[in-house]
Amino acid sequence: MTTFEAILFTIVMASTPLLIAAIGELVAERAGVLNLGVEGMMAMGAVSAFVGAFLFESTWIGIAFGMMAGGLMAALFGIVVLGFAANQVGAGLALTILGLGLSGVIGAPFVGERLPPTPRLEIPLLSDLPILGSAVFSQDIFVYISLLLVAGVAWFLMGTRAGLRLRSIGENHASAHSLGLPVLKVRFMAVVFGGICAGLAGAYLSLVYTRFWAPNMTAGRGWIAVALVVFAAWRPGWALVGAYIFGAATVLQLHAQAAQFGLPSQFLSAVPYLATIIALVILSARRGSSGVGAPGSLGQPYVPDR
Amino acid sequence: MRIELVPRAEPKAWARALAPVAALVVSFAIAGLVIWGMGRSPVAAFQVYIVDPLMDPWSLREIAMKATPLVIIAIGLSYCFRANMWNIGAEGQFIVGAIFGSWLALATHGTDAGMWVLPLMMILAMIGGALYGAIPAFLRVRFGVNEILTSLFLVYVAQLLLDYLVRGRWRDPMGFNFPQSVVFDTAATLPAIAGMGRVHIGVIFALIAVIVTMIVLGRTLFGYRLRVSGDAPRAARFAGFSQARTIITVFCISGGLAGLAGIIEVSGVLRQVQPSISPGYGFTAIIVAFLGRLNPIGILIAGFIMALILIGGENAQILLRLPLDLALAFQGLVLLCVLSADALVSNRLRIVRARA
Repeated sequence: MTTFEAILFTIVMASTPLLIAAIGELVAERAGVLNLGVEGMMAMGAVSAFVGAFLFESTWIGIAFGMMAGGLMAALFGIVVLGFAANQVGAGLALTILGLGLSGVIGAPFVGERLPPTPRLEIPLLSDLPILGSAVFSQDIFVYISLLLVAGVAWFLMGTRAGLRLRSIGENHASAHSLGLPVLKVRFMAVVFGGICAGLAGAYLSLVYTRFWAPNMTAGRGWIAVALVVFAAWRPGWALVGAYIFGAATVLQLHAQAAQFGLPSQFLSAVPYLATIIALVILSARRGSSGVGAPGSLGQPYVPDR
Repeated sequence: MRIELVPRAEPKAWARALAPVAALVVSFAIAGLVIWGMGRSPVAAFQVYIVDPLMDPWSLREIAMKATPLVIIAIGLSYCFRANMWNIGAEGQFIVGAIFGSWLALATHGTDAGMWVLPLMMILAMIGGALYGAIPAFLRVRFGVNEILTSLFLVYVAQLLLDYLVRGRWRDPMGFNFPQSVVFDTAATLPAIAGMGRVHIGVIFALIAVIVTMIVLGRTLFGYRLRVSGDAPRAARFAGFSQARTIITVFCISGGLAGLAGIIEVSGVLRQVQPSISPGYGFTAIIVAFLGRLNPIGILIAGFIMALILIGGENAQILLRLPLDLALAFQGLVLLCVLSADALVSNRLRIVRARA
C-alpha cells in the first residue's frame, strides 16, 4: 500500500461512523423528528459494543449490542417526544447528556482493555482495482454496510410507497394524518432506525477505529453527523459526499499535526469544527433563510386531533 | 387498548408550578432503581447524594460555590430560551469570558496594580462572552444558520483555544512544566465573604443577576417583548418587534453572563488558568434553566438543587465508589422528565379501549 492509498484508507475509516450516524438521523428528520441525541446514542453504542465484544469475544455480538443500545435510547426519546409530545430540541440534548453519563458508568470497569483487530473483508475483483481497491474494497464490514445504507435509504425514500409516506409525514403531519397515515407510528420507527444507526456508528468507533473504550470517545462526531444532514439538504447521496469531505478534513489535519508546520496542534484540531460552521454558513446563505430543503414539520411536536 | 394524548383546554397554573417537582421525584425514583440494579442501596445513595451535604456546613458552602456559575449562566440562558433561541454553547462563552478576564490578570501580574483590576477583569469577561455569543446570533440573523449547531461547535473551538494558551504562552515558567498559569495576585482574586470560608463574593453576583432579571422581565418593555415572543411568536411579529435585534440581544446577554461566570470561577475558585476550567457548567445550566421554568427564582432554586447533586456525586464517588458520571446521567434524566412533565401539563393522557 502506498502512502497515498494509506491516507485514503484512513479517510474512509474516519468518514464511515459519520456517514452511518448521519444516514440514520436523515431518516428520522425526513419523518419530521429532530433528534439531537445522536452524540449520546453513539456513546451508548460505542460502550455497549465494546462490552459485548469484550465479554463474548465476538465482533458480531458487539455490533448487535451497539445497535440495540442505540435503538433503546432512541425508543426512550421516541416515547418522550412522540408519546408525550415534549420539546424535541430539549429532549435531544437531554438524551445526549444521559447517553454520555450512562456510557461513562457502564464503561468505567473496561478502561484500559483492548480488543483484537477486526478482520478485513476483501471483496473479490473489486479489491484488485487500483487505489480504490485497497482504500475502499479491502475494509471491514462496517464500510460496506455504510455504503449499502446510503443506497438502501436513497431507494427507500425516493423509490418506494413507504418512503413517500414517511416523507409526506415529515413534510406536513396534519395533512398526512388527515389522509389516514399513522404519523406517530412511522415517526417512532424512523427514530428507532436513526438510533440503531447511531449505535452502529458508535460500535464502529470502539470495535474498529480505536479498539478500546474511553470516556467521551465520540468527541462530537454525533453533532457533526447532525450538521451533515443539514449540509446534505436531507438527501442521502449528499450525506455520503459530506461525510467523506469531513472525514478527509479530520485525517488531513492529523497528518498536518504530524508534519509540524509550526501551527499549534490545537488550531488544527479546531479545523473540523470550524469547517463545519463555515460549510453551514455557505449552504444556508445560498439557500436563503427560509430553510429550503428542510422537511416542513421538522422539530414540531404533534398531537393528533380527533 | 391504546393511550392517547389530548390537549388540555386550560392548563392549570398549579400543575405548571408543580411539574418540575413531580419531574424531580420521578427522576429520583428512576435513579434509585438504577442504583439498586447496580447492587447498591438506594437509601444509602440518597443519604450521600442529598441528605449529608445539606447537613454539613462545609458542604453547604461548596454547594453555594457550585451553584454560583450555574445560576449566573442559567439566568443568561433564560433570555435566549424565552426568545426561542437555542443557545447550547454557554460552555464556550464561559471559557472565552474566562480567557478575556484572565488576560488582564496575567498582564498585570507582579505589578502593583490596585483595586481597578478585578472590576475590569469582569467587564472584559462579559465583553468576551458576549462577543462569542454574538457569533451564532449573527450567523443566524445574517445567513439563517441554525444556532444550535454553531453555538455547540464553538464550544470545542473555545476549549482548544484555552488549551493552547495554557500549554503555550500562558504557562507558568516556574511551574515545573505543568500546563497551568501563575497563581493570580490578590488584586485579581475575588475576595472571600468574611466568616464563610472559601465562599467568594461571586455568590452575590448570582443573586444580583436573579434580581435584575426579575425587574427586566416584570417591568421593562424589553422583558414584555421577550415574554410575548416566547408565548406568542406570531403576535410578536405582528406587533412589529424586530426579531433580528431580539436574537442578537439575547445571545449577547446570555454570552455576557456566561463569560462573567467564567471569570468568577477562575478568579474566585481556581485562582489560576488551567486546561479545563469547567466540569460542564455550561451544559448543566441548560438543565437548571428548564428545571427553574425559565423563572429567575425558579432558576435560583434549581441551581441549588443541581449543585447539591454535583457535590453529592463527588461524595458518592469517594464514599460509595459510585462513578462520577452517574451524576451526569442523572442530569440528562432530570431534563427528560422536566420536558415530559411540561408536555403533560398542556396535554393529558387518555386511555382508549380498543375500538371495534
